[in-house]
Amino acid sequence: MSADLIGELQATVASSARVRPRGATTKMRAPANNCATLDMRRLAGVVDYQPTEFVITAWAGTPVAEVQSLLAEHGQYLPFDPLLAERGATLGGTIAANACGPERYRYGGARDFIIGARFIDGNGNLIQGGGKVVKNAAGFDYPKLMVGSLGRLGALVELTFKVFPKPEAYATLRVDGASLDAALALLPKLTNCPYDLNAIDLVIGAASQVAILIRVGGLAAGLPQRMDRVRSLCGGGDIVTGDVEAQLWRDAREFAWVADGMPVVKVPLTPGRIPALDARVSSARRRYSVGGNVAWIATSALDELDATLRSLDLAGLVLLNAPGDPRIGRRVSNAFAERVARALDPQNKFG
Amino acid sequence: MNQAAFLSALQKIFPERRLLTAPAALAAYESDGLTAFRARPLVVVIPETQEEVIRAVKACHEFGAPFVARGSGTSLSGGALPVKEGVVLALNRLNRILKLDPQQRIAVVEPGVVNIEITKAAAPFGLLYAPDPSSQPVCTIGGNVAFNSGGAHCLKYGMTSNHVLGLKVVLPDGEVAELGGDSLESVDADYVGLFSGSEGLFGIALEITVRLLPKPETYRTLLAAYRSLEAAGDAVSSVIASGLLPGALEIMDNLSIQAAEAAVKPGYPLDAAALLIVELEGERAQVEAEWARLKAVIDASRPYLVKVARDDEERMKIWKGRKSAFSAVGRLSPDYIVQDGVVPRRRLGEALAEIEKLSAKWGIRVANVFHAGDGNLHPLIMFDGREPGALRRAEELAGEIIALCIRLGGSITGEHGVGMEKRQYMPRQFSATDMDAMWALRKAIDPLELANRGKVFPEGEAPSLHRVGAHPLEQAGVISRE
Ligand SMILES: Cc1cc2nc3c(=O)[nH]c(=O)nc-3n(C[C@H](O)[C@H](O)[C@H](O)COP(=O)(O)OP(=O)(O)OC[C@H]3O[C@@H](n4cnc5c(N)ncnc54)[C@H](O)[C@@H]3O)c2cc1C
Ligand SMILES: Cc1cc2nc3c(=O)[nH]c(=O)nc-3n(C[C@H](O)[C@H](O)[C@H](O)COP(=O)(O)OP(=O)(O)OC[C@H]3O[C@@H](n4cnc5c(N)ncnc54)[C@H](O)[C@@H]3O)c2cc1C
Repeated sequence: MSADLIGELQATVASSARVRPRGATTKMRAPANNCATLDMRRLAGVVDYQPTEFVITAWAGTPVAEVQSLLAEHGQYLPFDPLLAERGATLGGTIAANACGPERYRYGGARDFIIGARFIDGNGNLIQGGGKVVKNAAGFDYPKLMVGSLGRLGALVELTFKVFPKPEAYATLRVDGASLDAALALLPKLTNCPYDLNAIDLVIGAASQVAILIRVGGLAAGLPQRMDRVRSLCGGGDIVTGDVEAQLWRDAREFAWVADGMPVVKVPLTPGRIPALDARVSSARRRYSVGGNVAWIATSALDELDATLRSLDLAGLVLLNAPGDPRIGRRVSNAFAERVARALDPQNKFG
Repeated sequence: MNQAAFLSALQKIFPERRLLTAPAALAAYESDGLTAFRARPLVVVIPETQEEVIRAVKACHEFGAPFVARGSGTSLSGGALPVKEGVVLALNRLNRILKLDPQQRIAVVEPGVVNIEITKAAAPFGLLYAPDPSSQPVCTIGGNVAFNSGGAHCLKYGMTSNHVLGLKVVLPDGEVAELGGDSLESVDADYVGLFSGSEGLFGIALEITVRLLPKPETYRTLLAAYRSLEAAGDAVSSVIASGLLPGALEIMDNLSIQAAEAAVKPGYPLDAAALLIVELEGERAQVEAEWARLKAVIDASRPYLVKVARDDEERMKIWKGRKSAFSAVGRLSPDYIVQDGVVPRRRLGEALAEIEKLSAKWGIRVANVFHAGDGNLHPLIMFDGREPGALRRAEELAGEIIALCIRLGGSITGEHGVGMEKRQYMPRQFSATDMDAMWALRKAIDPLELANRGKVFPEGEAPSLHRVGAHPLEQAGVISRE
């Protein structure tokens, strides 16, 4: 059944001049025209899951939520904190868009948890990279390459992930009312201290007031003590637990803070570059996530943001509601990338 | 290739003392940690700047000379074996830490920086560089990136590539490319991830941006001794099933316990059939809570002895024994092969029982140390090289262990790489289509196959899976062994 489907997709790639894989279309818009669409949602379902191996394999069209609920039954999770699961995001789209949430701060992003991938390349061949064991150094690391590839290096068919035990309990410290300067002064204290923090986000509110959200997870027994320490490090704040706490982070992952239809841009950076960027986007809703390593900016003025990012030498990706090509800001061509694309997709079908 | 013209091109780049051609000077570069293979290069160059590396690579490209980058030469799979008549670029002097930014938690280093030096430089800020191969006091970051090296903490922290954010590389034709950046996140395909672990086939890493982590606040390390390897293996499964995520889970068998004890006296119980090392690390309150759970799980696994490290000194002693295991085996046997394979964790017991049978069948002693948390086996196959045919028999046994790993659904290498040693096994793990695709990628990046020629891919169309007698390259006079 799946073999037939894969064969069909391979044939489509082989016979089309241009193709683009699509998942659940939770992120970017419908494909550009004159382009064959590969509906990857048809390849859905978990192929193999061995809880004691910390490994799960699923077809790329599987909804992330389905994988998450199966893992949860065994007390495990995808630590890279996939975005938009509730809107139906698929595993393939999540990897292709490198859509990781705030908690990727703790253990790493999609690149750190993908260990195997099968994909259809531009020649219509089905290629296997990596494997189904947590450690493996044989062959080129195609699985990592596919993270952030935006469907431009091939269609992901099957993915294998390393998974971890899910923290038994969570709590969040919420510090309201800081200025951005004060929040950024606090940030290195948080990122460099030996407390195991799961997520650190700065949410910029109206009048540029900042809410600092610090999530801590682990065994319930040690949690209250750990929260007290974080609070004293921050010099105060409210400890949030239970459903309200879960909702805070769900809202981040599902972009509940963004108006319907509004484009959202992801900008990778380092904390030190936040002030320069922030000064230029002060009219947009925005959030600095992953300990100051990602800016999420909601704006319709994409041309303006594109120019801003270029002037700051930053790259961006319109993850949600892109009207056209989702890549904005700095774009440097790189000889390595060109050669990789030439090998995987010599006729530039996915490009 | 016009050797004279090529050498004079290199002489324009390197002063005499950093361009070695005398046989005595070349001898030190003839092999790496896999000493069974040797090959004499035409020339060794010792760059001191990135610019010199780039110019040397351009000269190689112009003259069609194959080249091999070399860090400290500790590769255990022959990855740094020179190409006969080719160039070795010895990168040890490219060893500057260019930037250490504690606030952003990154370091930018040159490839010849020794692994542990990063952690030493980061320590005053309470930070560390997580990947810790046992060879960390000597191996270089360049070699670590090329091999995507691991260590004892991979289950929780991943391998080298999980800690590399950005790379500046020189491609095999001399073109320079910048991959990734200094943020934890990115909006491009992960070229850093692809370059890492490419075993020097995609070019030379010139600059590496790594992420640093806060040093864990506390560690809790225990040693549990068992009467059988199976019991230790089962204990690992129980720890994992309990929902804990230890920083390290290591097993040593009796032979390696003996060896380690003889070498560095870590205080291991000599009569144990298997020792399990479990380490929890992190924030104190969390570790304390985990410790209670771990103790219960370990007690239920019925070890006959449990030792808990009471302080940092005792902890370091436990680790010293484990980390010295490879070299310690040298005390039990004049020669040995370090094998590296992976099996799914739940099949560890089966794999070990099979290895025991193979060892008996061949009449060859095999010591086992392994990263049990990620199913990564390191059988140490002992032989006496002076005995005729002994190396060959040891290699055949090693081959059978590799076949076993593939059969059990694992991998031919977890961290030591394919290199020279395992290239003939690649077609067993990967289909012909996969091999073709990897070859196409190699050729797109390096059409002349200059970078680390002869590694990773089997030579010839029909890979010799059951190699008997001299290696095909030896028969061709390309390499020789001692
Ligand atoms: C270079 C480029 C140019 C574009 N230009 C235009 C344009 O001019 N006009 C326009 O309307 N849109 C454009 N787009 C947007 C494009 O149409 C969307 O990226 C995609 O087709 C829609 O996927 P999706 O909505 O299903 O996203 P999701 O399902 O949310 O997936 C996100 C991303 O992952 C990819 N993906 C999903 N599943 C897989 C899989 N199994 N294997 C591999 N990749 C997968 C998708 O292609 C998409 O890029 C462009 C995109 C790119 C990358
Ligand atoms: C006692 C001992 C213990 C070990 N323990 C471990 C362990 O626990 N885990 C583990 O993973 N490995 C281990 N190893 C293997 C070895 O140390 C690693 O593979 C290490 O990364 C090699 O580093 P090196 O500097 O010695 O590289 P070399 O051996 O010099 O080179 C290794 C490969 O990297 C390439 N290379 C070197 N520098 C560059 C560069 N700048 N750019 C591109 N390619 C480059 C070389 O061409 C070669 O193919 C051990 C080895 C020994 C001898």
